[in-house]
Amino acid sequence: MRQDHLITATQLSRDDIEAVLDRAREVADDPAAYADRHAGRVLALCFFEPSTRTRMSFDSAAKRLGIDTIGMGDVDSSSVSKGESLSDTVRVIEGYADAMVLRHPSEGAATLAAEHVSVPVVNAGDGAGQHPSQTLLDLHTIRENHGLDDLTVGIMGDLKYGRTVHSLAAALTEFDVNQHFISPESLRLPRSVRFDLHETGAQIREHEELEPVLDELDVLYVTRIQKERFPDENEYHRVAGEYQIDAETLEEADDDLTVMHPLPRVDEIAPDVDETDHATYFEQAHNGIPVRMALLDTLLENANPDGDEGTEVDR
Amino acid sequence: MSDHELRVSKIRDGTVIDHVEGGQALNVLAILGIDGSEGFGVSVGMNVPSDRLGRKDIVKVEERELSQSEVDVLSLIAPEATINIVRDFEVVEKNRVTRPDSVTGVLSCPNRNCITNADEPVDTRFDVVADGVRCDYCSTILRADIADHIDV
Ligand SMILES: [Zn+2]
Repeated sequence: MRQDHLITATQLSRDDIEAVLDRAREVADDPAAYADRHAGRVLALCFFEPSTRTRMSFDSAAKRLGIDTIGMGDVDSSSVSKGESLSDTVRVIEGYADAMVLRHPSEGAATLAAEHVSVPVVNAGDGAGQHPSQTLLDLHTIRENHGLDDLTVGIMGDLKYGRTVHSLAAALTEFDVNQHFISPESLRLPRSVRFDLHETGAQIREHEELEPVLDELDVLYVTRIQKERFPDENEYHRVAGEYQIDAETLEEADDDLTVMHPLPRVDEIAPDVDETDHATYFEQAHNGIPVRMALLDTLLENANPDGDEGTEVDR
Repeated sequence: MSDHELRVSKIRDGTVIDHVEGGQALNVLAILGIDGSEGFGVSVGMNVPSDRLGRKDIVKVEERELSQSEVDVLSLIAPEATINIVRDFEVVEKNRVTRPDSVTGVLSCPNRNCITNADEPVDTRFDVVADGVRCDYCSTILRADIADHIDV
């Protein structure tokens, strides 16, 4: 991967994706070989909205590469609440770190940040925009279970606001994948995402029900439908209830169906699915570590082409 | 022809923007940043019968020639427009507008949650796509309603 930043999944070619996933495989096979690879380097975890699990995943991945991490503390107590612009904040933090991971409530925040700094920026979620590192770990999970070609993937739930969905759908167009999108009418894919999918000539179909396509799927990617997307609670319960699955739902599915979820789940996947061979969401979450290690390793290598080891870099 | 009509229909030096879609003349002036305070003569014809468009608007600006970037942005709301450069009452150049690859700092993003609407020191930037423009930051696509988002 010859990229300076990771901002959207649409920027990634098939080669880019495969290079990171190959490296993730190497990392998973022999983590010790990577343990001190970037000793002396510092990663800034800039989370402008709370996200315990993504932050911990990056934190853990960094530390397993020998990288120290620094964070912003509570969003409420940081400069954000003092009205400092994101542009200023990232220019300050650039001086503290060799790379930064950014989670921000506004779409386009990571694009803006990357324009202001020369250290690598990883978009860890920008509003309802993109979440490309999640996509890489999703793809890694799919690849380890099925490979990435000649595949039928169903993506279900909140497709309108689900940034993991937007990134994943874009990345899957790089592979030979049929995509089915299953959601209530009000939470269909946004126009901009459909535009990109059509541009690539991808095979996509949209449905309001899972049942008619379930038995064709190799992968079912479930996302949470959030209460705040609906005008009233009754409407939410009525709609969300139609996009929940349990072990009985999956009896109609192929035996090899892989069920994924970016987590946290609420009740869209019943606990009885955990006991089936379909359940892959915890494995998926764990894959965040080798994939984010591979990603950070790649971006830091691109940013510092002359030094394999952080300690050898003249700083 | 009376003096008055002559003054409206002919200018000595400047630009005549013809074949503007009916109703867009004031947006054309907004794009050009012209509000009359500059002191040069501006005349606007609205809903003039036109063979090509049914009804068209015409904008005439005296003592002012348009830059390429101004023409680029004009093309978004007035794709059929012709730009006539007038010197000494003669049309010396007549051009159709062409769509640019991108426009910077002119449109505001319709997505309220876009970082460009968050008080950041940043110019908006839109890529021009098949039938509209697209925010470089949040990917939102703006189609027929471009004129509502002109921000000058
Ligand atoms: Zn935008």
